[in-house]
Amino acid sequence: MSTQSLASALSDGWVVAQRNVIKIKRVPDILVFVLISPIMFVLLFAYVFGGAIDVPGNVDYKEFLVPGIFAQTVVFGATFTGYGLADDMQKGIIDRFRSLPMSRSAVLVGRTTSDVVYNVISLVIMALTGLLVGWRIREGIADALLGFVLLLVFAYAISWIMAYVGLIVPSVEVVNNASFVVIMPLTFVSNAFVPTESFSGPLQTFVEWNPVSTVTQACRELFGNTAAGVPVPDSWAMQNPVVYSLLWAAAIVAVFAPLSVRQYRLSTSK
Amino acid sequence: MTDMIRASGLVKRYKDVEALAGLDLTVPEGTVLALLGPNGAGKTTAVKCLTTLIKPDAGSAEIAGVDVLTNPAGARARMGLSGQYAAVDEHLTGYENLVMVGRLYHLGKAQAQARARELLERFDLTEAADRPSKTYSGGMRRRLDLAGALVAEPPVLILDEPTTGLDVRSRQQMWDVIRELVASGSTLLLTTQYLEEADRLADDILVIDHGRAIAQGTADELKARTGGERIEVVLADAEDREAAVRVLTEVAVDSVRVGDNGRELTAAVGGSPTGDLLRVLQGFERETVTVLDVGLRRPTLDDVFLALTGHAAEDREVNGSKGATTDETEKELSR
Repeated sequence: MSTQSLASALSDGWVVAQRNVIKIKRVPDILVFVLISPIMFVLLFAYVFGGAIDVPGNVDYKEFLVPGIFAQTVVFGATFTGYGLADDMQKGIIDRFRSLPMSRSAVLVGRTTSDVVYNVISLVIMALTGLLVGWRIREGIADALLGFVLLLVFAYAISWIMAYVGLIVPSVEVVNNASFVVIMPLTFVSNAFVPTESFSGPLQTFVEWNPVSTVTQACRELFGNTAAGVPVPDSWAMQNPVVYSLLWAAAIVAVFAPLSVRQYRLSTSK
Repeated sequence: MTDMIRASGLVKRYKDVEALAGLDLTVPEGTVLALLGPNGAGKTTAVKCLTTLIKPDAGSAEIAGVDVLTNPAGARARMGLSGQYAAVDEHLTGYENLVMVGRLYHLGKAQAQARARELLERFDLTEAADRPSKTYSGGMRRRLDLAGALVAEPPVLILDEPTTGLDVRSRQQMWDVIRELVASGSTLLLTTQYLEEADRLADDILVIDHGRAIAQGTADELKARTGGERIEVVLADAEDREAAVRVLTEVAVDSVRVGDNGRELTAAVGGSPTGDLLRVLQGFERETVTVLDVGLRRPTLDDVFLALTGHAAEDREVNGSKGATTDETEKELSR
């Protein structure tokens, strides 16, 4: 991609992103629905399952849980990207976009960019919910900010996976089921809800190298939600969670951004 | 005069259906070509090839001298498209829609805003400018869509069935707008299944069916192909038919056609139609034939169209009301 086409992808993408943000403002009910489920998860795990889950060390389960819910929320939230794109592809406006001399990747760049706004909103709501149930930030502000930035970067990467899903499904209704297949194993076979040690054998290895686990681990460390004296699982990924998570994010974008752009071109030039 | 739109040998297949079977067309600068055809004739597919929305399987096309296949972005920068299904964002206001389009044409923010206001004014949408476009009527949406196509003042405009599904008043408004555009020098290709529309707006008409051109000419030229003017008679009593046919045969250049109910007669006439009409009336008086209606009628594009596409004349509907349904078959094929 030349410098000029990258520049126009970004500036056209920005225009499309602004359009998407206007839509979030005009139709806020979508946002409400997508946000209710992570709040339910916090309440469900904090007060229903939480009592049955043992966390190593003397850390409160709710402190352990909330960073995991953050990671889960941004992964689930990426479904929004798939929805938005699948919806756009069925609307008349896509014909206008296609007939304009704009960058071919602008619709995708715009969509993933506007979803950062959406993720910021959802993280604010989740943080407030966390504070309500007893979660606290116990490290410095800089570390905490780094934690949130890591979540947003990871969310951005997952958005590109869901963008691809949104483009290959035949209709908006299918997005939910298709993304479920990706999201469920990633978020539940991780340390987000239960400690790594509670998994056995190969499953534990999967958990240790699952990027959702490392994002969760990184956040726990950055927010100060880990218990003193409890050893971190002995995998390179869990030992270097920030670097490892960022590598994953970069790899995901490197694979799914070109794939999605290609798919967008295909599905608009039949 | 240069050709602003040019296509040659366009072919597009969808599975075993050939939507375009080698279509050629040219539109000289500052003129209007109407692509006229029934549902599924290939009109929308042709528009999609010209506007770079789909790639033809064979053939080539140019917009303002720019090849649409090798330089699609360049071609897109030189044309505006207004489709059959209004391409506007329903959650954005009319103003926001146009500003967005302007910015995607890379006009710059201030210029895009100024242009949006100007177009809203011109298309009589100023009052609705700050309402989400989903609250607009069908006619308003089409006007907003057309305004979107005009944002960058492209030299070439392509309108795919600009008035399909609109009520009579909105259609009239749309026609006025299109005529203004033509007067200001735009080159225009429009597709339509309204014969009246092609007659009113176009300099040249290309009739297509099954993906190929079956006739081309001005409205007058096409009309001439179905013969000259004709005398139409509605008898009060079918028993007068024989006498009436006898009278009409004296002036007719061809055999006299008798309608299904036996009371409607049509005779094509030659060089002096009014004189012929007078002779027919005198003949009826002499033979004491009573008529409900008698008149001279020029052939409409309907007649041409039906003669060319081979539909029975009895099937046709009143001029203008035909084609009120959308182009579903073609939409299915090309989506």
